[in-house]
Amino acid sequence: MEQPEINNTQRSQNTFFSNRGWVLLSTILLFSGLVWIYLSRVDQNNIGVENESAPFVGFKAPKFNLPSETGEIVSSLDFLGAPLVINLWTSWCPPCRAEMPAMERVYQEYKDTGLEFIAVNITNQDSKQKAIQFKQDLAISFPILFDENGEISELYQLQALPTTFFIDENGIIKEVVIGGPMSETLLRTRVEDIFDQMGDH
Amino acid sequence: MFPIINIGPLAIQAPGLILLAGIWLGLLLSEKYIERYNIPSKIFNNLVFLYLISGLLGARLFYVIQYFDIFFKNPLSIISINLNLFDIWGGVFCAFFAGFIYGSKNGLSLWRTLDALTPILAVLSIAIGMAELATGSHFGFPTNLPWGVELWGQIRHPVQIYHIIGAASILFLLWPGRNYIAGLLPGVYFLFFISISSAFYIFISGFRAESSVVIYGFRTEQIIAWMIMAACLYKIKLIESSKKFDANNI
Repeated sequence: MEQPEINNTQRSQNTFFSNRGWVLLSTILLFSGLVWIYLSRVDQNNIGVENESAPFVGFKAPKFNLPSETGEIVSSLDFLGAPLVINLWTSWCPPCRAEMPAMERVYQEYKDTGLEFIAVNITNQDSKQKAIQFKQDLAISFPILFDENGEISELYQLQALPTTFFIDENGIIKEVVIGGPMSETLLRTRVEDIFDQMGDH
Repeated sequence: MFPIINIGPLAIQAPGLILLAGIWLGLLLSEKYIERYNIPSKIFNNLVFLYLISGLLGARLFYVIQYFDIFFKNPLSIISINLNLFDIWGGVFCAFFAGFIYGSKNGLSLWRTLDALTPILAVLSIAIGMAELATGSHFGFPTNLPWGVELWGQIRHPVQIYHIIGAASILFLLWPGRNYIAGLLPGVYFLFFISISSAFYIFISGFRAESSVVIYGFRTEQIIAWMIMAACLYKIKLIESSKKFDANNI
């Protein structure tokens, strides 16, 4: 394909940028920009979506009540006030198995600082027995909950296994890691981020 | 929303794939018109490759510096291919720094090189909008307008779609094959692209539900985009006014 060549004739013909039209266009752009910035101001107290509930960064984590191994119903609200890591997993998913030991190590290191971990087994795609065996095999010490009806899959719009949500002490989602296995380094940096943000406040 | 593309047992991160495709298509478009800028195709390809490599290395380096203690405990993570362990702005800084040095060593004109890279940036801008659509990030305010989309539990302004349409329109307007683009002075194509993109960014940011606020409700990203736009418009005027055009630098 023939390409247009640059030459001084063309350049001298190109007066758009050097004439008054350009100055006018620039002025209009800059002035319109300022007007729009003014018009699209936001209420400083209402900006953000921290009062809305959705499974995405910036939103309040959707509430749930799920049974634990003992059958006791555990509410996500019980964890308000502490940073929380929620991991969605199944026993047949290799990346879930691969990342769980790292989660256990990080949990052991940070649990005294108030960090909480919950592993929610997507039981409607798994079996409770296999999930309990999985926990025993990997010596997991943090609680596992059972999503028997697919409530969490729907509420948290599960797209891939594993998926991990990092939630601050106010119940706001700070990070979502979809897929895995998550490295221990990644896990630690995300946990440190939550603690840093808590420190900032 | 499609953050993950499941192909059999493989779960592919859609945003990464879209951005890579954007860079590749942009590179094809830039290469097609590269002769216009008197940059040898091989040097241009090397430059883009250098941008990518130094961007990746820089992004990891800056991330490691931020979390040095954690990486010190597990040094192998430094070479992990995990895309979550990157600092984007560190990558951008390193890419441009490395590109600047390479360009200087090969006698490339800064403005000509930026002009040559503009089609890549224009295509990448569309890809960024698509990646945001895939992840559901940069979502809009709730709206009753008929073109609102349901996202995160509300009918919202489809800001990501506005972004894609806007970026595609800018690429159409500034398509490198157009005669008026060929006739521009060095740097003007790049600066014009940045100016228009900033103006459009100021516009769509007004529909975003989440923004950082400087003061009195003014959004930080709009203020920054306005300053970039003003600086680019001013620089275009300076370039055009100076008229000190050196034909040897074409």
